[in-house]
Amino acid sequence: MNRFWLFKMAWRDSRKNRARLFLFLSSIILGIAALVAIQSFGENLKNQLDNEAKELLGADIEIQSRYAFPQKFLGYLDSMGVQSAREVSFASMVLFTKSGESRLVNVRAVEPGYPYYGSFGTNPINQGVLTNPNQALVDETLLLQYKANTGDSVKVGEITFAIRAGLTQIPGQTGIAATVAPPVFIPYNRVEETNLMQRGSRLYYKLYVKYPPNISETLVKSIKDKLEAENLRYDDVEERKEEIGEAYEDLTGFLNLTAFIALLLGCIGVASSVHIYMKEKVQLIALLRCLGAKGRQGFGIYLVQLLAMGLIGSIIGAFLGTVIQYYFPLLFKDFLPFDIDLQLSWPSVIKGIVLGVITTLLFSLYPLLKIRKISPLKVLRASVENNEPDRWPLLVYVLIGLFILGFSYLQLGNWFTSVLFCLVLLVAFVVLAGLAQGIIWLVKRFFPTKRSFILRQSLANLYRPNNQTLVLVITIGLGTALLSTLFLSRQILLDKVNISATLENRPNMVLFDIQESQIKELEDLTKQNNLPVLASIPVVTMQIESVKGKTAQENKADTVSGLRNWVFNREYRVTYRNTLTESETVTSGIWQGKVTGPRDSIFISLDERLAEDLKVAIGDPLVFNVQGAFITTYLGSIRKVDWQRLETNFQVLFPSGVLEQAPKFYVLLTRFESAAESAKYQQVMVQKFPSVSIIDLNLILQTVDEVISKVSFIIQFMAFFSIITGIIVLIGSVLISKYQRIQESVLLRTLGASRNHILSINALEYFILGSLAALTGIVISLFIGMGLAIGYFNTTFNPDLLSLLGMYLFITLSTVFIGLYNYRSVIIQPPLEILRKEG
Amino acid sequence: MSETILKVSNLSKSYSSGDKLLTVLADVNFELEKGSSCAIVGPSGSGKTTLLGLCAGLDKASSGSVTVNDVVLDHLSEDERALIRRKHIGFIFQSFNLIPTLTALENVMIPLELKNEKNIRERCLELLKKVGLGDRYNHYPSQLSGGEQQRVSIARAFSNEPILLFADEPTGNLDDETGATIQELIFDLNKEKGTTLVLVTHDLDLAKKTSRILKMKGGKIVSDETQVLAGLPL
Repeated sequence: MNRFWLFKMAWRDSRKNRARLFLFLSSIILGIAALVAIQSFGENLKNQLDNEAKELLGADIEIQSRYAFPQKFLGYLDSMGVQSAREVSFASMVLFTKSGESRLVNVRAVEPGYPYYGSFGTNPINQGVLTNPNQALVDETLLLQYKANTGDSVKVGEITFAIRAGLTQIPGQTGIAATVAPPVFIPYNRVEETNLMQRGSRLYYKLYVKYPPNISETLVKSIKDKLEAENLRYDDVEERKEEIGEAYEDLTGFLNLTAFIALLLGCIGVASSVHIYMKEKVQLIALLRCLGAKGRQGFGIYLVQLLAMGLIGSIIGAFLGTVIQYYFPLLFKDFLPFDIDLQLSWPSVIKGIVLGVITTLLFSLYPLLKIRKISPLKVLRASVENNEPDRWPLLVYVLIGLFILGFSYLQLGNWFTSVLFCLVLLVAFVVLAGLAQGIIWLVKRFFPTKRSFILRQSLANLYRPNNQTLVLVITIGLGTALLSTLFLSRQILLDKVNISATLENRPNMVLFDIQESQIKELEDLTKQNNLPVLASIPVVTMQIESVKGKTAQENKADTVSGLRNWVFNREYRVTYRNTLTESETVTSGIWQGKVTGPRDSIFISLDERLAEDLKVAIGDPLVFNVQGAFITTYLGSIRKVDWQRLETNFQVLFPSGVLEQAPKFYVLLTRFESAAESAKYQQVMVQKFPSVSIIDLNLILQTVDEVISKVSFIIQFMAFFSIITGIIVLIGSVLISKYQRIQESVLLRTLGASRNHILSINALEYFILGSLAALTGIVISLFIGMGLAIGYFNTTFNPDLLSLLGMYLFITLSTVFIGLYNYRSVIIQPPLEILRKEG
Repeated sequence: MSETILKVSNLSKSYSSGDKLLTVLADVNFELEKGSSCAIVGPSGSGKTTLLGLCAGLDKASSGSVTVNDVVLDHLSEDERALIRRKHIGFIFQSFNLIPTLTALENVMIPLELKNEKNIRERCLELLKKVGLGDRYNHYPSQLSGGEQQRVSIARAFSNEPILLFADEPTGNLDDETGATIQELIFDLNKEKGTTLVLVTHDLDLAKKTSRILKMKGGKIVSDETQVLAGLPL
């Protein structure tokens, strides 16, 4: 076969079809652009992680503990010749003295030296080192929120610090983490004076270590061995890199899938456009065969043409994607712990181009394959059909299925999720395709022969040869389902928090870290402020000494059935009471709420996940170390706890009559009705009880909304690709059918139909298509939303129907508008002029 | 001794239509010699186009045999028959059947390009000049009138110098005056190139310009008239 001739013919044939071919391209361009942008960004991020790994940690190694590091251990590190800086952090209220407002923050007291690598980003710049013991560094957003400036004061516990600068960047911390717990840095040597480190306060200790230059691997190993021996958790640069990489992979995996859906939508457009395009080429191919071209030569011409289009589209898409990734740092700034230096990522560009060409090929292969069987006799008789059986189409479907599954797996890295994703996609496809076929069947079956001319014409458009029903219903429907699911997920998350905040008689403010000596006074003060004391919950901290008779040491030796070390190392916060709350349900055993005599066995209750981790069953013994005193208990019941409810829930629950005399602190639940009431109460509390922390559910709601807004901004950005692709597919299919329908519309106009007739016929057709597709897309998303709400978020599903109605109207009207916009020439210009122009 | 270019023996073609077998061509026999011209005439549905399709190797017969230039087409695959058409056969259609995306010159060049011949541009330009379109070679079909399109189609039909030319109602879509010019062009080129011409037409005046007229009815040849034409071999 003369390959050069195939290329020449493909080129020649494309000359008069460029506008249409460009529409095929657009879908590929957008899909590939989205993919390349995400992947390039991911590549750049990976490189950055490699280059700036040390800056992420601010040290060579970060050691964590729930207790202050013993001097002996610090001495050991000194003897190793390493530098170290201690940090203690805890949640606490701080007061901005200028505005008089207070807020729960993450107080971090650090010794000088940290960060050893990288630096704090500050406003004004280069103010990241706390040289003055009376100064603090405060998160920049907090300063903005509370209208505080550099030089103003912030009161942390009993000490007032001058604000040295606003913090814009902390080594290893993302903006989103700062949103949840905004940091305030104070000098380490002043933390005691704040008087906030009292018994019951949840303190986190860290030690940042910097190795000397040219440290030997043996020394590093011996330090790590020592940490293991001391049961200390630590993160080194490699681990931190992995953690950030993994977190980012989850996000990019999801975003890649969104981009992939955009590409798939485009592919549906390509497939349907190629299908109609090939139908138009049947006569031409028959003629070529008549003149002596072989079947595979006809196939070859269009294969070359479409592959070239796919290649061009992918190259443009890859270029566009590379440009778009420069916008990503803005998009991701709250999720990344560093500024990212972007470069052209050739691997992503090449991957994108290859993927673009493969998808173009796969999705245009089915209509292309039909070309091989076109009979040359069609030149003489258009009605001749080739009925030879062809197995290739089945193979194409299998290949498309495998391709989608394979790509999903590459993105998600998990077969179960990938299969689930493909199944949801398949179900959505089948439902939408079924709907389209159903519409066609119903319209044909119950055609209203006696209704108006306009209605009959628009309905007939739905099933006439080369109709757009299938392609438009699938693309618009899938796009709507995607958007609507994103919208509903956001709504579910917000509602979940909102329910707790607004339901009557449910607490919406939590006060914790209350000392035993403070509780009475605090309760009285709450009541004086006309707020109810909904609950005062005692909390006792303890550790597990042994499980089923085995201590931590014995467990470590047992390599077969041993438990993980953390179950012994961690601190358990336990309460005692004689009844269960609304968020608890006993799943096995019996809850015994009271121990009456000192010789009675103590039957405790565990959360089912903890029971699983501890590998215990009803009746198994557990010994707790309550601040030095050992208490032997037996597992009496296992509870399912609804952790999603914003209440004070506990993994370990003791019956009353055991822990009453143990050292404890309290959590108090109350409810306020107005923001002013809350602000006034918080102000009084911070002044009077500086060590007590307050969580205002409204603040949580606001934080959750902020976090979701940031996440959904990224998601919406990606969904934007799907929408644009959907619109292009819509324009494409309208344009393709336009060439076929122009003749009919012109004929109708020649026969006396007015512009209004043509306009109404087309508007009604697009309204029916857009409306049904949007409605089905929304219904599909309602099912997904319901599944997410009940199965994943564990909450009730109350979709905002008014917003969904808005989305339905928007999509339906957009369809009508785009449809009509493309027909404007047929509507506005005189019939003869259109015929001349369109040839 | 004259050379047989097309030999049709006991040719039949049937289609199944539901439970019934519809015979559109029944036991047709004839032979054409090199350089001769023949018209196939008959009413609509008489089997003319089916016969043309089978003779040109566009379709397969239900029974019987077609031989073109000593090659029996009966058992050849579609691609093998395409090679025969490429080498030996030319076509002129009632609706011109030009490729709309190619210019006049490119349309004429197609059969030669399929044969993988080199330096064809000048030859094809010459042919276009012969049909009177030397200055319009770069125009697309949509920029040409019906008569001009048929001229391009004639140039294309002769470009691969076929030994057998099939013309299906070549003047059917043209007015009388243009039709007459096209007829003249076909016969002149046919004479010049020594091609064997098979013409399918309703137009008896056109048929009379050929050396032989096969009349068809109900899928059969009902008469076979040979005419003596000045300057044309029998």
